[in-house]
Amino acid sequence: MGLVLQFVPYSEIEDLGPARRVNKLLDMAKENKIVLLGGRLKQEEEADLIAITMEEISSDFKGIELAVINPKKKENGFFDGIKSAMINKLLGDRQGFTIIGPATIVKQIKKDPDKIELFTKEISVKPKKKKKKS
Amino acid sequence: MVIGIIKQFINKVLRNIFKNKKKVKLGLYGPPNGGKTTLANRICQDWLGEEMGSVSNVAHETREIQIKEQIIIKSKGKELAFNLVDTPGIATRIDYEDFIKAGMKEKEAKKRAKEATKGVIDSIKWLDEMDTVVVVLDSTKDPYSQVNITIIGNLQARNIPVLIIANKVDLKKSKIKKVQAAFPQYDVIGISGKYGTNIDKFYEGLFTLVK
Repeated sequence: MGLVLQFVPYSEIEDLGPARRVNKLLDMAKENKIVLLGGRLKQEEEADLIAITMEEISSDFKGIELAVINPKKKENGFFDGIKSAMINKLLGDRQGFTIIGPATIVKQIKKDPDKIELFTKEISVKPKKKKKKS
Repeated sequence: MVIGIIKQFINKVLRNIFKNKKKVKLGLYGPPNGGKTTLANRICQDWLGEEMGSVSNVAHETREIQIKEQIIIKSKGKELAFNLVDTPGIATRIDYEDFIKAGMKEKEAKKRAKEATKGVIDSIKWLDEMDTVVVVLDSTKDPYSQVNITIIGNLQARNIPVLIIANKVDLKKSKIKKVQAAFPQYDVIGISGKYGTNIDKFYEGLFTLVK
């Protein structure tokens, strides 16, 4: 089976309450999909996501790997600061993106301020035995 | 209306009196195996002459909230009293097979994993109870992990004062500067909880943190 990346635009979770947002994303991860959310959860929702993940852990579901990328441009002077504040006000949690992957597939997500590396687990597939011609 | 204002004023005064009488709760937070309990033991040994909890190389050794009450530390003629709260490490994944790899039997590993998940939930619930928090990070590990960012972001959102400890400076791979670069808006103190390196600086940091 290939790797499934599920893109979720922010508009899909925008009108949901905190619990439903978190559950929607977690349900996708539990279906062994790597979720790419356009935007980010609130800080408290991130903590809720971890807590709910812990409640769901079983022998099949080992948890998640999580990374939030929120590019911050260096502000050069007063006007840049105002511009950033205005963008933050207008876009809010729509900025950046969030990756949520099931721990059974995603081994690690390494984050540097400027780049992100996603390491998947090696899934060994045994080659099919060729049928001997009689 | 006047009575309402007077009532509100009295309630506010009473709240402040009890708030001041309440002991400060100082929480130790961080990912598993960062050295929270080692640091808690160091504090308790230095000021109470006893240990707080057991430590281990296997992750999730602390799986329940542990509290040591009435710790009084002294520095430069000043005193600071607090209740120390050692919390289980916060993680986004817990796999019992990791504990089997560390040498445990399956039954024991599954039990530890279950307790560890409960421990993470408790740590998150206790965030609201804290007055001030020391985040203990392993300075040999990547500081940009989302768990670290989520913990610190949640403390910031709750307006809880934070001090970051870059622990394990005794190890060759330790990179304090990387921790400082990851969290430039916070005070970062490099220590070795195990050997007590820089511990006086840590205590001074606590005085600044708990005002």
